[in-house]
Amino acid sequence: MTTATATSTGRVVGPVRAALLVVEAMWTWYRRNWRATVVSSIVQPVLFLLALGFGFGSQVQPTEATGGLAYVVYLAPALLVATSVQIASFESTYPILSAFKWQQTYFAIAASPITPAQILGGQLTWLAIRLAGSGAAYLLVAAVLGALTGPGVVLTLLVAVLTGMAFAAPVAAYSATLESEGQQFSAIFRFIVMPMTLFAGAFFPVEQLPAWLRPIAWFTPVWHGTELGRDAAFGTLSWWPALGHLTFLVVLFLLGARLAARNFRRRLSS
Amino acid sequence: MVDDGALVRARQLVKRFGEFAAVRGIDVDVRRGEAFGFLGPNGAGKSSTMRMVGCVSPRSDGELTVLGMDPQRDGPAIRARLGVVPQQDNLDTELTVRQNLHVYGRFFGLSKAHVRAKATELLDFAQLGERADDEVEPLSGGMKRRLTIARSLINDPELLLLDEPTTGLDPQARHLLWDRLFRLKQSGVTLIITTHYMDEAEQLCDRLVVMDGGRIVAEGSPAELIGRYSTREVLELRFPPDAAAPEVALEGLADRLEVLPDRLLLYAADGEAVLAAAHARGVQPLSSLVRRSTLEDVFLRLTGRTLVD
Ligand SMILES: Nc1ncnc2c1ncn2[C@@H]1O[C@H](COP(=O)(O)OP(=O)(O)OP(=O)(O)O)[C@@H](O)[C@H]1O
Ligand SMILES: [Mg+2]
Repeated sequence: MTTATATSTGRVVGPVRAALLVVEAMWTWYRRNWRATVVSSIVQPVLFLLALGFGFGSQVQPTEATGGLAYVVYLAPALLVATSVQIASFESTYPILSAFKWQQTYFAIAASPITPAQILGGQLTWLAIRLAGSGAAYLLVAAVLGALTGPGVVLTLLVAVLTGMAFAAPVAAYSATLESEGQQFSAIFRFIVMPMTLFAGAFFPVEQLPAWLRPIAWFTPVWHGTELGRDAAFGTLSWWPALGHLTFLVVLFLLGARLAARNFRRRLSS
Repeated sequence: MVDDGALVRARQLVKRFGEFAAVRGIDVDVRRGEAFGFLGPNGAGKSSTMRMVGCVSPRSDGELTVLGMDPQRDGPAIRARLGVVPQQDNLDTELTVRQNLHVYGRFFGLSKAHVRAKATELLDFAQLGERADDEVEPLSGGMKRRLTIARSLINDPELLLLDEPTTGLDPQARHLLWDRLFRLKQSGVTLIITTHYMDEAEQLCDRLVVMDGGRIVAEGSPAELIGRYSTREVLELRFPPDAAAPEVALEGLADRLEVLPDRLLLYAADGEAVLAAAHARGVQPLSSLVRRSTLEDVFLRLTGRTLVD
């Protein structure tokens, strides 16, 4: 052979760097397309805060159920958590199915040195950043509107991100198995996300639910997230309940992420 | 690592999907610097083989080394030095042409400055400079294909895997791609190409294997294969649909006779001579054509079927 032996410039990067490169790719996309996400991520929760918090809330007397707080103040941190779960549910359905099925962009990445688990790591990290960004923007607006009580909401923001991730990870695991056009997703939105948002303690305490429904609420990330997020915002955290909520959310996230890693691997290297 | 010049070495390589075996024990050696082809009809197992070589599909059985390494163990290290053009484009259609190259190059651990410079060079190579900052979505199929090829070169791969690089392109776009691939080969890149176009295989491949039903049925250079399995020329005859079987009258005129649904093929060194002899026996075809043998004829001989259906 007389030709110079070609040597490639490509090399393998470490796992953290690899995930961050996937985040960088998502960011490149987001920079072009962020406008479409503003309404659902920020405008919508602010409208809820205005209509339900200030409007409807003006008719609600502060009681024991609201911790003696004005309804809008009671609602603001919970709305942060519930919105985070809504964004997370959207972001862990169609975009993931698309990256496997329609655009097949995951397959393109999997042909590079990046592994399926690193793709998932990047995807989830990106989602956490997205949730933190949207949540922070919402908090700014809520602060200007006077719906916040103090700096505790910064902790609530972390709780909101965790709650969103705890829901997104198992849903992403499920999305990674679908071959369909995603009809199943509307069932998830209708029968899981919506009822969870409405009845799992964000708008009113679950103690108001019929006794037989309450245990169902206890198994939703939204309930754990809003309980924890409110206590963080109002400075009423106490050890054991906080630890319980945190454990539920972290375990749900870890289980979901493990399952998702397995499903990503199966689909991308079959 | 023993470098015997083989960039890809497969022995009794098998790929199963559940019970079904898509690749049924193939032996392949691809040498550094050559253009190697997998020629075969739909479902032959070409893509399954390419995906194993590309380290995105674990082998079910047999041996496989790529760049002297084991895909199962060193997948990322191998993939870092490969370029892959999948059968179906998987570009990020919501990014611009240039962004697709930037983002992809970063996955190979390349610096931003490096991918920026490389992207500009590749846009030029793929003649996409004018569309560099347009979104990918509205581009034509040929442009998307060229972008996919450009993207596969972002890491200066030593081995380029092209799965049906020109399927669905018009003749002009195909010739442009062939030219680009030829230039890559000149610069020392090893190419593995799958195709079910025999002219593509003849144009591009130094050596090729003919695959059918997961097996390799023949191996060699295009000229060798034609020499071994076919004659120099072929006479094609067409008859009216209801004509009485003319095969009988043509008995013994050519080395070999193939009956296709729409025509007869007579294999011989001298096609014109066979045609004259047929006329002399009173055979009256609707039309006749003498041409050189191609890989299509090799395939027909080996499998009894035509390549493109
Ligand atoms: N993931 C999979 N699961 C099950 N069967 C598969 C899978 N991938 C391929 N096959 C089957 O394996 C066989 C070989 O497929 P493959 O894609 O390798 O063929 P090919 O030679 O590339 O064909 P084509 O010219 O149509 O691209 C086919 O019968 C196909 O249906
Ligand atoms: Mg194929």
